Amino acid sequence: MRNQLKNIVRVTGIGALTFLANPGIAFGAEADGAALYDMYCVQCHGTQGNGKGINASHINVQPRSHIDKGEMSARSDAELFKVIAEGGPAINKSVLMPAWRHNLNESEIEALVAHLRKLCCEN
Amino acid sequence: MNVTNLASIASALVAAAALVTAAPTQAFADAESILQSQCASCHALQAPVNNIAKSERLSRIAPPLHFAGNKYNRDWLVSWLSNPSPIHPAGYFPQRHIINTGDGDTLDTDVRFAHPTLSTAEADTVATALMLLKSKSALIEADTYQPGTVAMRMGVMDFRRFKGCDACHQDSTTSGGLSGPLLYNSARRLQAAYLSSFILNPVAWDPNTVMPVLEMNEPAVHKLVHYLMMLEE
Repeated sequence: MRNQLKNIVRVTGIGALTFLANPGIAFGAEADGAALYDMYCVQCHGTQGNGKGINASHINVQPRSHIDKGEMSARSDAELFKVIAEGGPAINKSVLMPAWRHNLNESEIEALVAHLRKLCCEN
Repeated sequence: MNVTNLASIASALVAAAALVTAAPTQAFADAESILQSQCASCHALQAPVNNIAKSERLSRIAPPLHFAGNKYNRDWLVSWLSNPSPIHPAGYFPQRHIINTGDGDTLDTDVRFAHPTLSTAEADTVATALMLLKSKSALIEADTYQPGTVAMRMGVMDFRRFKGCDACHQDSTTSGGLSGPLLYNSARRLQAAYLSSFILNPVAWDPNTVMPVLEMNEPAVHKLVHYLMMLEE
């Protein structure tokens, strides 16, 4: 994770894409999905993406394991985008997954979707 | 540093000094000296002129204080600055302190909480100066929260079960997640209008916050704030 942090700190560009109410502060010229995952997701989904983050034991519903190839393969990229942007209820999942569309712009969510695909299915 | 920000800090310090009847010049010097020497290296004392890249959040090590006067209760500031204790159980940016055990994450218990401890007199002077830093007054003025109550049992269920706040926050010393700031003592620490405004739209306060916008209407937010304000440490 330290390397990922170092990588993102090196990123200094500011993108111009906007998304819904978010005025858009892109993470970089190209959003860094791994760094965004570290910033917004690992608290619950874990540093390894296994659903065992530091908050997981305090959550009534086990956070999704993003390294579960079977579960993740059953979801389209559009569904993953939707659940990140609009929250769990948007795909009939837990309200404990918040809607991140106010914190993240479109390119950042796309970068997270791409990172989820790496986590689940490239190892 | 932006000239406007410099001017606002200077005017805040002057006003802080003016509030101290004894030796105001010395109080001014003390407040300025402490803020610059002990606070500015970790805390942002000036509001950013433009939105800043998210990478800023990754390197930030302490909360911004340019809206301290919109956020904190002065009495709590004096007390805390003279006897500081952790507000974030997992640190301000928990990811720096996470250890992967191979079967889930845990916190590195070797990480020590470290914040300068001020004398009571220093804490009083600094608190006065901080309370004059109000870069988000417009948000407070736009907030509609009015004090009220909620049945404790409903408040607990709302916080934990319905809104899931306890995934990240503790509303008691024995219940709640680790990544967010403690909330069982928020009534002492935070202004009710700040809680209301921040919960409604945290991104308006901090574009790089990791607190999500929970898309609640104002009455729902106000119920949560009623509950938090009723909690005792």
